[in-house]
Parts: sequence; C-alpha cells; structure tokens
Amino acid sequence: MNVRLHHGLAMDRLFFHTARIFAWAVLAVIAAIIVSLFAGAAPALKKFGWGFLTSSAWNPVTEDFGALVAIYGTLITSAIAMLIGVPISFGIALFITELCPHALKRPVGIAIELLAAIPSIIYGMWGLFVFAPLLGDYIQPWISDHMGSLPLVGALFSGPPLGIGILTAGIILAIMVIPFMSAVMRDMFEIVPAVLKESAYGIGATTWEVIRHVVLPYTRIGVAGGIMLGLGRALGETMAVTFVVGNANRIHASLFAPGNTISSTLANEFTEAVGRMYTSSLIALGLVLFLITFIVLAMAKIMLWRLSGQGRIRV
Amino acid sequence: MEPLAATGLYRRRRWINTMVLALSMLMTLFGLFWLVWLLWTLMGQGLRYLDLSVFFQATPPPGSSGGLGNAISGSLALTFVGVLIGAPAGVLAGTYLSEFARDSKIAVVIRFLNDILLSAPSIIIGVFVYEMVVLRMGHFSGWAGALALALIALPIVVRTTEDMLRLIPNAMREAAAALGAPQWKVTVAVVFRAARSGILTGVLLAVARISGETAPLLFTALNNQFWSHSLNEPIANLPVVIFQFAMSPYDDWQHLAWAGAVLITLTILLINILVRLLLKTPPSRS
Repeated sequence: MNVRLHHGLAMDRLFFHTARIFAWAVLAVIAAIIVSLFAGAAPALKKFGWGFLTSSAWNPVTEDFGALVAIYGTLITSAIAMLIGVPISFGIALFITELCPHALKRPVGIAIELLAAIPSIIYGMWGLFVFAPLLGDYIQPWISDHMGSLPLVGALFSGPPLGIGILTAGIILAIMVIPFMSAVMRDMFEIVPAVLKESAYGIGATTWEVIRHVVLPYTRIGVAGGIMLGLGRALGETMAVTFVVGNANRIHASLFAPGNTISSTLANEFTEAVGRMYTSSLIALGLVLFLITFIVLAMAKIMLWRLSGQGRIRV
Repeated sequence: MEPLAATGLYRRRRWINTMVLALSMLMTLFGLFWLVWLLWTLMGQGLRYLDLSVFFQATPPPGSSGGLGNAISGSLALTFVGVLIGAPAGVLAGTYLSEFARDSKIAVVIRFLNDILLSAPSIIIGVFVYEMVVLRMGHFSGWAGALALALIALPIVVRTTEDMLRLIPNAMREAAAALGAPQWKVTVAVVFRAARSGILTGVLLAVARISGETAPLLFTALNNQFWSHSLNEPIANLPVVIFQFAMSPYDDWQHLAWAGAVLITLTILLINILVRLLLKTPPSRS
C-alpha cells in the first residue's frame, strides 16, 4: 500500500514539474524573442542610434538605413483599417446581439468568424488580382474626381489610380481585422446585465438609446480593448499587405501611392539581404514592430481585463 | 392634445432608431459580402486548375507543366511536425495554468504573455527562428520551419486547453480525489477525459492556423523546387510556393497558385466547420 502511495506521489511531482516547465516555456519564448531581436538589431542600432527611427533612407548599397518610411506605412495602413473596420465591427456586433433573429445568430456569427480563418496569403492574392484592379479602374478615379480638389484632404486622394498602394492595403486590413473586433464587441455587449437594459426599455427608451446610453457606457473600456486588439493584428499583418502595398520605400502625400510597411519590408527583403548591416537593420525593423504590437496588445489585454472580472472574457 | 405617438420628438427618436438598426444590418451584410466575394473568386479561379497532376507532380520551372505535389507533402510534413511539438507542450502548459497555478501571480503573467504571443505578428516568429536556428545551422531547413509553426501553434493550444479544462466542474475532481486518486490521475483520467473534445478543438484550431501561415516560413523553411526527403534541407511548402508563383509574371505559375489557394482555403474551412460540429459550446475566439 505504501509503495502505491509513494508511486502516486512521485508521479504527482513528475507531472507537476513537467507541466510547469512547459508553462514557463511560454515565458522563455517571449524572453528569447526579445533578447534575440535586440541582439540581432544591435549593430544597426549602434550605428544609427535613435536616428534609425527618423531617417527615411533605405539604401543597401551605401548601407544607410532608416525605419521612418516603413513605420509610416505601418501606422497609416493600420489607421485606414481602423477607420473603416471599427464602425463596421460595431454595426456587426450590434446586429448580432440586438437585432438578429435567434436562429440566425450562430450562422451569421460563424460566417463573420470565418473571415478570420482565411489565411492572409489568400487575402493577398485576391487583393492583387481582383480587388486592386477594380479599385484602380473604378473607385479610385471616382474618389479623385470628387475629393481630389478639396482643400486639405485633396492631396490624400490625388495621383494616378494604380490600384495597389497604401489605401488598398488599408482596406484589406480592415476586412481582416473586422472578425476580431466584432467578436470582442459582441462578447462585451452580451455581458451587460439584462436588468440595466430592461430598466431603460421600461422607461420607454428605443433600442439605439439603450445601446447609446446604457450598453456603451457600461462596456466602453472593453470596446476600446477590442479595438486595440484589432489594431495589434493590423499592425503586424504581413502577407496580404505585401501583395498589395506596392513595396516602394517612400512617403507620399497621396494614399493611392505605393508604399511599404515594416512587415512587408521584412517579407520582401530578409532572405535577400546581403551583409551584416542590412540584415541587422531589418531585424531592427522587426524589433520596432514587436515593441509597438507588444504595447498595443498589452493595453488591449489590460482594458479587457478590467471589464471581464470573473467571467474571464478571453480574446 | 395630440397622442404621444404623434409628437415630433417621439417620431424623431423612432426614426433614428430605425436608421441605426438598418445601418447595423447593412454593415453585417457588408462583412458577409467580402467572405462571399473572396470564396467566389477563389472557386472561380482555382477549381478549374485543380486536377490530379496538381497532387502528384512537382513544382515546374516557368513555362512547363507540373503540380504542387512536393509543396503539398512539404506542408503536410511541416504542419505535422509543428503540431507534434506545439500541441503536447501547449496542453501541458494549459494544464499547469488550469490545474496547478490557477489564479497565482505567475499564472496571471503567463496567461497575459501567452495571449500577446497569440496575437503577435507571425513574421517576428520567423525572424526569431531565423536567428536561433537558421543562422546557427548555417542553412534554411524544414526543422526551422516546423519549429516556427510550433511556436505559432503553442499559444493557441495553451489557451484553448486552459479554457476547456476550466469548464470541467470541480465536483468531478473532488469525487476522484475522494476515491484516493493522486492528482496526476485525477487530471489525466478524469479532467482530460471529460475535456477531450475541447482539447482536440484547440489542436485542430492550431492546425488550421499554421497550415496557412506564410510569413514565418519565408526565412525558415524557404522553398525547394524538388521533392524533399529530409527536414534538414530547405523544403517546399504550399504557402511560400503560392506567394512566389502568384507574384511571378508566368501564367502557368499563377494558375498553380490559384489551385494551391483553393486547396489551403478548403482545408482550413473544413477544419473550422469540423471544430464547430465537435463542440457545442463555441470556443473562445483566438
């Protein structure tokens, strides 16, 4: 009997320690990623210093590198994605929680989630061969005609309608992050206590008024967290952007112009980079991207935490 | 006195409400529209190039006929090895979070960082594995690709496993413990068994995710024009071949890229539908 007890305890310890090692491995992976990115980026950071972030040079021949253009492209494509994606995600979450007939809730929810399951490279191919030509032939000329001459914003919509470029990348990013944002918003809307909503309905509020004055104030932080999560995804998205962004290392006032992002530069140039400084500069770009997304995603997590409480809404 | 329903304010409020709700419906249709358009294009472009030679012939040089056989087998190998490394590690780590650490500080930290790893740009994983493995080995290899995929699968499995184990009522653990079962036996024989389909869901979701991943393979597995017989050398895989062929100016290559795109998408959609059939309560979204 004692033998079996000892055996059981030994197995307990073994099981516990094995499980713990692998849980710690998650921490080790994150730590190793940060350390290796810093180590790889060190030569470039040493040579260019903080100037790396503000220089728009990208010249493999003279080994003069700067991250400004790629950072600009990353931020501007993500901003377009948010501008389009946030209202649509909100609308979808609203529709599914408040308006959708019960029988349709799951199918519609699953269909939207499938948008997230489609691999990035498929979006890229479709964007390059189907969406970009359409945009360049019909939509961009129309936008140019109607908005290109406006003061202030006109410059954003001028220039040749190439199809591929910053705007196209932003639109495709928007479609790709909609499922993530609408899923979080949906979960958030559903945790609002029914009593709160019913009291508002009870004094005669319309559905929109309940959303506007009860649901939104209650879930504000969570909705912001969902948006941050979508932003984190958009910033790091690689393949779809690489296909359609145009891969040109310059900052142009027009959104129709080709540009690049941190991830598209990495995808295009990493395997072809010759020389220590070139590779190191690319890794430094990766480091910048990792730090930005880390901060954005961490903020998203913290915002969602504050609302989830015991229910532990996971996103 | 006018009846309430006819006052201007009431009518205006009703009108705004109707407009907002109509708008939300339009936006849902807008979201679904992209899904339909994407799948429509994919089927229209890709299905006609999908024949037996796609499965059995190797990727051709431009201008001659061939298939995607080596890329398909390479992708299967990479995904298989990736899941083989990532899934057991993820299940054990998830078990630690759910069964041992629970709400301790370290569990909170691991959970937090795991969720960040889950959404982190996959191309960064590629750069990381390039530095850790490719540079050290001196060449691109299937092993490096499989490792990169394993690192992407890991956080998905960790999270689903933890979520699923947490759904198991404590009464079941207590009942087993009361019979004198040591904790490892409680976990393996009772908790794992009860959460079996949930754990499988996590693994399947990980398979779906990594089978379409391209970015982390670009600088790890690279590509190979020929059939690969060893994970120790660069290995052909569907996503990278699709990328290369789609970006090329050759019609034959672009046709094969469409065929590959259909294959990958159908596989992933199938897995996703399977997962939802397997599980009555939907998994937390990843």
